Amino acid sequence: MGFIAGLGLAEGMALELTGKEERVIALRSLTSPLVCLLCCRKFELYSMAWNLKEDLRDCLVAAAPYGGPIALMKNNFRKEKSPGSRPLLEIYSASGVPLASVLWKSGQVVQLGWTASEDLLCIQEDGTVLIYNLFCEFKRHFSMGNEVLQNHVREAKVFHTEYGTGVAILTGAHRFSLTTNIDDLKLRRMPEVPGLQKLPSCWAVLSQDRVTIILLAVGQDLYLLDNTSCSVVTPPGISPHAGAYVQMAVSFNYCYLALFTDTGSIWMGTSSLKEKLGEFSCDFRTPPRQMVWCTRPRSKQRAVVAAWDRRLLVAGKSKECIQFILDEDSYLVPELDGVRIFSRTTHEFLHEIPEASEEIFKIASMAPGALLLEAQREYEKQSQKADEYLREIKDQNLLAEAVRQCIEAAGYEHEPETQKSLLRAASFGKCFLDKFPPESFVRTCRDLRVLNAIRDYQIGIPLTFAQYKQLTIEVLLDRLVLRRLYPLAIKICEYLRLSEFQGVSRILAHWACYKVQQKDKSDEEVAHAINQKLGDTPGISYSEIAARAYDCGRTELAIKVLEYEPRSGEQVPLLLKMKKSQLALNKAIESGDTDLVYTVVLHLKNELNRGTFFMTLQKQPVALSLYRQFCKHQELETLKDLYNQDDDHQELGNFHVHSSYSSEKRIEGRVAALQNAVDEYYKAKNEFAAKATEDQIKLLRMQRRLQDELDKPYVDYSLHDTVYGLILDGNHKRAEQLYRDFRIPDKRFWWLKIGALAEREDWEEMEKFSKSKKSPVGYLPFVEICMKHHNRHEAKKYAARVTPEQRVKAHILVRELDQAADAAIEHKNENEMNLVLSKCTAATDSSVVEKINRAKAQILKK
Amino acid sequence: MPLGQPVPGWAFRVRERYPGTYGALFVPPQLPGKKDLFIEADLMSPLDRIANVSILKQHEVDKLYKVENKPIVSTSDQLCFLVRPRIKNMKYVADIVNADKAMGRSRKYKIIFSPQKFYSCELVLEEEGIYGDVTCDEWAFYLLPLDDDLLSMELPEFFRDYFLEGDQRWISTIARALQLLNSLFGPFANTYGIGRCAKMVYEVWRELVEESEGDSHARRPEISHVFLMDRDVDYVTALCSQVVYEGLVDDTFRIKCGSVDFGPDVTSSDRSFKVLLNAQDKVFSEIRNEHFSNVFGFLSQKARNLQTQYDRRRGMDIKQMKNFVSQELKGLKQEHRLLSLHIGACESIMKKKTKQDFQELLKTEHSLLEGFDIRESTSYIEEHIDRQVSPSESLRLMCLLSVTENGLIPKDYRSLKTQYLQSYGPEHLLTFHNLKRIGLLTEQAPGETLTAVESKVSKLVTDRAAGKLTDAFNSLARKSNFRGISKKLGLIPRVDGEYNLKVPRDMAYVFSGAYIPLSCKIIEQVLERKGWLGLEEVVRLLNGNEFAPTEPVMEENPAWEAQRVILAVFLGGCTFSEISALRFLGKEKGYKFIFLTTAITSSARLMDAMLEAKV
Repeated sequence: MGFIAGLGLAEGMALELTGKEERVIALRSLTSPLVCLLCCRKFELYSMAWNLKEDLRDCLVAAAPYGGPIALMKNNFRKEKSPGSRPLLEIYSASGVPLASVLWKSGQVVQLGWTASEDLLCIQEDGTVLIYNLFCEFKRHFSMGNEVLQNHVREAKVFHTEYGTGVAILTGAHRFSLTTNIDDLKLRRMPEVPGLQKLPSCWAVLSQDRVTIILLAVGQDLYLLDNTSCSVVTPPGISPHAGAYVQMAVSFNYCYLALFTDTGSIWMGTSSLKEKLGEFSCDFRTPPRQMVWCTRPRSKQRAVVAAWDRRLLVAGKSKECIQFILDEDSYLVPELDGVRIFSRTTHEFLHEIPEASEEIFKIASMAPGALLLEAQREYEKQSQKADEYLREIKDQNLLAEAVRQCIEAAGYEHEPETQKSLLRAASFGKCFLDKFPPESFVRTCRDLRVLNAIRDYQIGIPLTFAQYKQLTIEVLLDRLVLRRLYPLAIKICEYLRLSEFQGVSRILAHWACYKVQQKDKSDEEVAHAINQKLGDTPGISYSEIAARAYDCGRTELAIKVLEYEPRSGEQVPLLLKMKKSQLALNKAIESGDTDLVYTVVLHLKNELNRGTFFMTLQKQPVALSLYRQFCKHQELETLKDLYNQDDDHQELGNFHVHSSYSSEKRIEGRVAALQNAVDEYYKAKNEFAAKATEDQIKLLRMQRRLQDELDKPYVDYSLHDTVYGLILDGNHKRAEQLYRDFRIPDKRFWWLKIGALAEREDWEEMEKFSKSKKSPVGYLPFVEICMKHHNRHEAKKYAARVTPEQRVKAHILVRELDQAADAAIEHKNENEMNLVLSKCTAATDSSVVEKINRAKAQILKK
Repeated sequence: MPLGQPVPGWAFRVRERYPGTYGALFVPPQLPGKKDLFIEADLMSPLDRIANVSILKQHEVDKLYKVENKPIVSTSDQLCFLVRPRIKNMKYVADIVNADKAMGRSRKYKIIFSPQKFYSCELVLEEEGIYGDVTCDEWAFYLLPLDDDLLSMELPEFFRDYFLEGDQRWISTIARALQLLNSLFGPFANTYGIGRCAKMVYEVWRELVEESEGDSHARRPEISHVFLMDRDVDYVTALCSQVVYEGLVDDTFRIKCGSVDFGPDVTSSDRSFKVLLNAQDKVFSEIRNEHFSNVFGFLSQKARNLQTQYDRRRGMDIKQMKNFVSQELKGLKQEHRLLSLHIGACESIMKKKTKQDFQELLKTEHSLLEGFDIRESTSYIEEHIDRQVSPSESLRLMCLLSVTENGLIPKDYRSLKTQYLQSYGPEHLLTFHNLKRIGLLTEQAPGETLTAVESKVSKLVTDRAAGKLTDAFNSLARKSNFRGISKKLGLIPRVDGEYNLKVPRDMAYVFSGAYIPLSCKIIEQVLERKGWLGLEEVVRLLNGNEFAPTEPVMEENPAWEAQRVILAVFLGGCTFSEISALRFLGKEKGYKFIFLTTAITSSARLMDAMLEAKV
């Protein structure tokens, strides 16, 4: 339970909050009563569950900030090496519940430290840094460089800046090396300190304006090392007789620096060494085992906490200090808003009393919050005093302030009972207010519920309200996930109503990733379990889980898990990585995403030899057709190979035909290409194509000859156009020859010839031709073609020769409507008569119209 | 808004709701400073529709070039390329960069892919050794609103890429476009579809929806039904000559990105006019869906009305005249201009189309659709080829014959092909190969169901991924069962007397009353039946791959039922005739159809996509 040590209270008086037992004794030296200069309190977080055999002082200890885990390793560094006994690396939660342990088999460890993401760094003497997770599982390692390897690590510090987690090393050669981010390793060797012959008595890493620097003390001198230079500095206002610096402390936020000298003086100032905050002299000359700052964001008060073997001293600005007796070895963990102190049996938290708490709990406080708390207590006792207290607050118009104070103070309390009584008071006060916004109350209740849950002994994360706010809920959830506390994390997500994507899904995904690493379960079991739990929760990436499974060497499991992945785009890359190209190809094709198919195909092309690659493609027509498309533009020869591989003679034939007119320019080349095509077409049993191609070869040769002989372009004309051209030029003999050689159908030849003759206006030849034998197309086309070339005279000749059925048409064409009418009347064909009528104009053809109408009337009569 | 009324200006609201897609974002500002912009020809028209010179100037574009296969002359230090993700474009850029390197010249290069970057492009850049020299970006331009009810992705190559080459890379692009619409107007209540591609798009899109779920608010869906259809479900409709005005204009002048260039023969001047064809054009919007035979009459009536309005100014006093000039004249003049353009276009079309040949062509098409006089039609086609009337027309007729007859009989197959090669050159051997692969021009082979490739593949099929592939091959060599489908669905209307094209009674009017477009009929049937129930036989003949929502959302609200908005998605393009037909259906049934297509297509475009011509 809590105890308030506050200057300004009567000496030796402690305010009891809830009547629980107090066990911390504060020794206070008091010079000026009634002036509150330093208020801090210490309360127990846990009594430790661990059962330590060693003293803490015999161990390397590292405790992560924000209520993080504690790592212990029995320190045999300074003692004699006994080769048989290997130290044990143990990790505990802040409540001392063992998380994992491992027998240390690597080299001599100099320093332990935690990264911002709660990985453990074990810095070895040879400069190798090994990274373990919370469960003592090795993750990776890196080296701090050759120089460190040669000269050995003498001292090391792990520090956190905005760049991430850094490591600083002091080597046996009295040189510093550091990296500011172990995830993006860039080693920096700091400049030499002139004349440094021995190890500095103390040193610290500072971060100023995003530059990491080292402050070190050698006797009475202070040196500042930055990237390039080494400079001597003097803290402002330090007394010349202060003596040699033996210990230093930098605050959590790198703003403040404290120096302890061998005369027992503590200098406190800004870490920029530009301002002095205070100085304090204590009775101890020996350097404290640990010295840390105890601060709180947005508070004017700053204090330094120094720990000796059995004594803890809290020193502030003023002349006085608070001292605590320590029953056993203790270890200090600086936090954002206080200091955690743990020993073999207990874990405590020391912090400056927040203003709101002080206002309320100060003895005889008349602050509105205090009165409200009192009022609520009286109300529960059903005492009328409640009304008096309330009236007093309301009279000063301070009820809202009182509620606010109670809510705020509740956040600072560790004990649920105290939290409750304060919140009850706030709730009570709220009833008498009209418009008090409920958010802060609700939010505080929710947050406290979360905090109480994680502070639980079993979970062991003693976060304060301020730390929780700084850390954010997302990071807290990550840390729970890191501790594999999936159910609690999910409960919290649900309780806080976080979106699935941010909350539950993410946690389930982590759970699944952990699940796939459990090697004692069969692939089916794990895959099934994962799908059962995850289903199709939005935001779950099965491919990520599969990737994790693959990383653990469980390829089969990875494939099974991937089956649940709905997005093929996510499946394929992993399948390729796992060398399951066939499966990847199937998935890509199923997805209908051709980009994906291309990705796989090109991957296969590089991975497989040509033969196998082609074979694979043959089984996948979609992929094959895509690859062909690509080859058509990019790799024509490959295309041919593809067809060859598949004995696709039809396509090979087409390929050669295509190249005969696209890539080949010379006639010989073209003929050769066509000949190849003929061969392929025969193999493909496509006789039609083969014959047609043979004809084309024949034609091409012929055209070349014509071109040479007649000095006119013939090549590349179709057969029809070639013959037409010949007739147009009057080469009737050659035209006849082509007609016979290529067995051009009679009809076509007649159409073609009369067309060409008409264009030549060779009417004489046309007439001759028309009489050469009976026309297979009849004589109407002659009429048409003559009229097309506006030769009515010639047309009339042929109009006389057309068959009776076509006579009307022919007469109309040559504009002999009278004869057309006669023919129509002769045929007694009404349609024809109408056709003629439609061509008649009233002005000129009235006689024709009359004639037809008469005939029509006659037909009707019958 | 009154019930049952079509939503005005619907598709343009895509622009309002998603302004980021358009204009300002099109050249990302990561390449500051003056630059020359190279635009691929295909993207010119879409860009033209949404950006103008001042926007380009804002982005410090100095000069604008077309991506062409010739050396560039730019002197700018920064070159920006706005292209489709095609390998040939990458080689184009690579040539420029490598030429610069050879000359020791250093510039900055940026490639902006529209609508997205493909890995294969990066790969080519890498192979050409310029991956480090260029920066890449994406212009997520998925939808171009061509009209109030028409959205185009402007991806004409989708048809060839997917249906011929089996290349699926555009699937996710289409799915993303759907998702975009879903996020703007969704959630889509009922999604139906047919076709393998439709199914894949649907599945990819569903995944996208699931991924983005959570950020969509529960809204009242504005689109009640979505219908996805593959082009290969119905080739017949796309192969027919179009006779509604908009379709005819497209067949005759080729509408590009919703606008058409009317040449001197239409404008009866020495200039060409570029005309935007959409609902904003008051004249056009009244005739676009009309059968061509009605258009001329309508236009002359309109001209007379216009004249009377002009004539009103006689006998006006000064004040009235002032009013007339300031308020009406401009509108009248505008209308006058449009009217004369459309009359010009009509005359031009009449000149080309109303000659005897066109009538005969239509007659042949109709007998092919009905399955009469096949021999005669075949001879007609042969003559068509022999006389070199038009390469793509001939090809189209051959395909129509093949698709309606379930393949050509072997003798015709050989002889028509031979004739065609003689007329148009031997390289079309490859064209025929393409047509065979895609199933447009095949040989009747009774008894044989699996091709050699298929049986080989099916032997290799072991896992479920391969299951999809057999589907792929089935569709490559798919059989058309047009005759059976036509009978089942009654696509050929019974003729009793003249079909009244002025007051059409069904969607067949878009083909002069001879044929109800299959694609539209399927949509009509599925909407009517709220699913595929009762259409099992048709679905089987269409080679399956149909889908419907597992639990159709029942429209509990009759008001909502009354103004159903249906998004018809055509994968591989749709024709203006189909759009007209569905607009007609919508009017009849009180639906509002919205069209999303990979591109506007027509028989000529389909044939062009299959052509292997000399470059």
